[in-house]
Amino acid sequence: MTTKLFGEPVRRREDARLIIGQGRYLDDIGSGAYEAAFVRSPYAHARVLDIDVSAAMDVDGLLAIYTYEDLTGPMAEPLPVLIPHPQLTAPRTGYPLVKDVAQHVGEPIVMVVATDRYIAEDAAGLIEVSYEELPVVVGVDAAEAAERTVHDDVPDNVAARHHQETGDVEAALAASAHTLSFTQYFERSASMPMEGKGVHARWDDADSSLRVYSSTQASTSVRAAIAAKLELSMEKVEVIAPDVGGGFGVKIVHPWPEELLVPMAARLLGHEVKWTEDRREHFISSAHERQQRQEITVGYDDDGRIAALDVLVWHDNGAYTPYGIIVPINTATQLCGPYDIPVYRARVNSVYTNTVIVTPYRGAGRPQGTFAMERTMDRIAQALRIDRALVRERNLIQPDQFPYDWGLTFQDGRPLIYDSGDYPAMMAKLKVLVDWDGFAERRAAAEARGKLLGIGMAPYVEGTGPGPYEGAHVQVLGSGKVLVSTGLTSQGQGHETVFAQLAAAELGVPMEDVVVTTGDTRRFGYAVGTFASRAAVVSGNAVALAARGVKEKALRIAAEVLEADPADLEIDEGLVQVKGTPGASIPLRTVAVLSNPLRYAFDEAARQATQFSGPGDDSKPPVAVGDAPGLEHTDYYSPLRSTFASGAHAVVVEIDPATWEIAIEQYAVVHDCGTIINPMIVEGQVHGGVAQGVGGALYERMAYDRDGQLTNASFMDFLMPYASEVPDVDIDHQSTPSPLNELGIKGAGEAGVIPGSAAIASAIEDAVGRRIAAMPISPTELYDLVRSDAERVTNSSPHDSGAMA
Amino acid sequence: MKPAPFSYADPTSVEEALDVLTAEGEGAKVLAGGQSLLPLLSMRLAAPTTLVDINRVPGLDQISAGPDGVRVGALVRHAQLLASAEAAGVQPLLGRATANVAHPAIRNRGTTVGSIAHADPSGEMTAVLALTDGSVTVATPDGRETVGWADFFLGPLETSVHGPAVVLDAFFPALPERSGTAFAEISRRKGDYAVCGAGVVVTLDDDRRVSSARAAYLSVGLVPEVHDLTDAVVGQPVDSADWAAAGELARGKVDPDGDLHASADYRRLLVATLTARTLADAGAEAARRTA
Repeated sequence: MTTKLFGEPVRRREDARLIIGQGRYLDDIGSGAYEAAFVRSPYAHARVLDIDVSAAMDVDGLLAIYTYEDLTGPMAEPLPVLIPHPQLTAPRTGYPLVKDVAQHVGEPIVMVVATDRYIAEDAAGLIEVSYEELPVVVGVDAAEAAERTVHDDVPDNVAARHHQETGDVEAALAASAHTLSFTQYFERSASMPMEGKGVHARWDDADSSLRVYSSTQASTSVRAAIAAKLELSMEKVEVIAPDVGGGFGVKIVHPWPEELLVPMAARLLGHEVKWTEDRREHFISSAHERQQRQEITVGYDDDGRIAALDVLVWHDNGAYTPYGIIVPINTATQLCGPYDIPVYRARVNSVYTNTVIVTPYRGAGRPQGTFAMERTMDRIAQALRIDRALVRERNLIQPDQFPYDWGLTFQDGRPLIYDSGDYPAMMAKLKVLVDWDGFAERRAAAEARGKLLGIGMAPYVEGTGPGPYEGAHVQVLGSGKVLVSTGLTSQGQGHETVFAQLAAAELGVPMEDVVVTTGDTRRFGYAVGTFASRAAVVSGNAVALAARGVKEKALRIAAEVLEADPADLEIDEGLVQVKGTPGASIPLRTVAVLSNPLRYAFDEAARQATQFSGPGDDSKPPVAVGDAPGLEHTDYYSPLRSTFASGAHAVVVEIDPATWEIAIEQYAVVHDCGTIINPMIVEGQVHGGVAQGVGGALYERMAYDRDGQLTNASFMDFLMPYASEVPDVDIDHQSTPSPLNELGIKGAGEAGVIPGSAAIASAIEDAVGRRIAAMPISPTELYDLVRSDAERVTNSSPHDSGAMA
Repeated sequence: MKPAPFSYADPTSVEEALDVLTAEGEGAKVLAGGQSLLPLLSMRLAAPTTLVDINRVPGLDQISAGPDGVRVGALVRHAQLLASAEAAGVQPLLGRATANVAHPAIRNRGTTVGSIAHADPSGEMTAVLALTDGSVTVATPDGRETVGWADFFLGPLETSVHGPAVVLDAFFPALPERSGTAFAEISRRKGDYAVCGAGVVVTLDDDRRVSSARAAYLSVGLVPEVHDLTDAVVGQPVDSADWAAAGELARGKVDPDGDLHASADYRRLLVATLTARTLADAGAEAARRTA
């Protein structure tokens, strides 16, 4: 039974290669390539007055210097607004090289190409740019105040007002027994993959074609963008994502200026050109996420049941909006999580600042939304003096309410309808996993050691697997090897493993025979990209469909050879056989050979398919009408709408009141991504997400000063958690399959990061008894907080919440 | 993040190294473990014209522990010092502090003397040199001289050594009798530069009463600071000494700056806490060694 592979914790087949240095990352490609370096704006907002390259011209090894003046045709136009939206009324994007005004520190102004990166940096250092400094806008508060503007023609600094509502929220609030209003802040962090961006391009002059390698999450769309910008026909451009050392969202944005400029230079210079982003460049010229100010008003009854929720968010989108308002939409539409909220209004105002652009980073607006919702739940519980878990339980959407139609529009432009879930069971599992009801004893034991212990929880719902589509090609070779190709890319998630599991299970072949290729436009030209926890859902179903198509054809061909009905055949371990009739079988590889009628026998296996090899049916052509040679099939899966995964995290923190150090004592996760293809990979995704959640809650922040300088743009001062800071994670799975796709899959990629800050804030607040209204929080800030006049808060224990306050 | 052009020399004797340093002038820089210097080069925050790599100079990789103290050669890696039972036997602070230096990969390459010559006030070994009243041996074209720690450290990343010179070794005096030590630091993440760190030495009299309590701090000043906290606990029996009072005394003596990771106030809190904790541990060790 090969189908046993589906659902099994099969070891990741890509790991050995990646771990022992056999991976092929962008910088491993093109050792003879010329290399590029950039002069980037040192100012957050400045007009470029003059660029003097004369000193650089003498550098031995310099090959070319490009400024905006050197860009022609579409290259001289602004970069595309990738995802237009009617509410994005003032979209702005930069140019590949600054045309006139630099809008953030790090924006590229000059590209230098030299024989190697050292020399390119030497030359870049000799280029003198003179600037006129302009007023700088940093942070949502300054953007909202609009005393200064980022873009001259956007006087209120507002790119978009994204508003959605399900009813008359003001009336519902007025009718509520209780209301609460508060404001809170969420800081910036970033994807920060181990490998930064990178581009390598090779122009073939004789063929007038271009091959580009890019460390991207969307090679097919990078291809389209390069073709459009460089005015090449699509078939003359190939884009390949090699091994990619992490993406987490930042590499879904495209085309990055460098993705256009490097191919442009390769074509102009007639030589391979490469650019590998360094860490400082990644900090100041890629993308960040997460900064918001949230103003929340909630109406609820005596039992803590929410009647109305009104949220006004000021969202910092940085200097430009190439990725539209996906992050604001996610915050607006995913904020309510697992709760049944009768009347809801979200208004997200997306504002410009003179900082690095804000585009999706794993979680993509949801951590902020969950922070808003879950802090609201804690406040209601505190106001009514009931257990925080109980107030959550009272508001949950019940299993019989699915499909749950919010009456809102999700980020894929489709209706926001939760497909399935069991939130009460999920919360019950979480309380057991973290021993929520037994926490008082642990707290008392810690107090005896002089430590403050606190507990918090946060459930969430994540829309996953959005369309429009993905496809897959599956082909069985005469050797028995099964090739699986997707246009969708990989950044380390384990696609090579799970797609092979799916294809092997569907086809009935050993997994070792399956070879998976992703993100190579030479192999598969149509794809959307890897983002929004969608690969397993959308590409996974496409792989299954394509494999099924191959199987159908294989059975048809084998049926003729075996003189059997295809319905009586099965494939097991690569052998097509008549069910229940041992010996009546033919290897799948032979079927593959026979599928392609041949004139020429190029090898021993091929002989079987040549024209004189056996009796044929003279009444039919060798390839039937409507059929095609070869044992292969291409298929696509296009989901009706997104699937909705869910989960709940609980965290116990221990705080040392002598140093205010915050240690995570326990981190518990209940996770539901529908049917699981590979539980080990899902758990790995959860672990990685939790690590980034902990980072966002306790360590990471982008520290911009008033002048728009990023003061911690290195790994010395921007603190990502090490393995030593990431807790062990206790995981319990739940599976409510999606009714929207045949495999029942929901996405799992981003889940782990979403409720981190909400749960950790709740736990810290519980430990120290002071209101946490901003995240992240560090020991020095916690020390400030406990000495401030911050509101004192007390949580009720589960045991005294039977009686209402 | 690629260094600006520089030339490279790999002398095989101290004299040859000094010749190169003399010939190349101010632009020349000595390279030992490179754990601080090379990142500065890559970020082009430093652009020496010549790197004088002393790794091929024989004889500089020795630790010699004697009754008077421990001499650590210029090429001794942190990991080597951390593993030296002889060194720890003579001056326990060496192992205790070295264990807090960054991560194993950095300890395997970085040198103790290089870290001292770098004169970073957040460095563990600068603080230990100060606390133990140690010194360094500096070779110049004029000969070799011993420079006490207080004369050596002038400011952040600044020492009294100018012109062609190689720091050959650091000498850490032995722990006195009836004494104990402790070392602790608080960092944002394990292995990071300390937000605040403290090393202490407690010495008792024959009646197991505190006769001396001294502390050195990391990341609280521009140069390593040693503070005598004896007044807070002098004459007190070691088992009931008021270490918290010594912590408060220290809190009042330091004048740290704030930065992204810690306010000045927070650093003062950590000085008080770490002082009290390390003194208690050091006092207990001194008591064991006095018994």
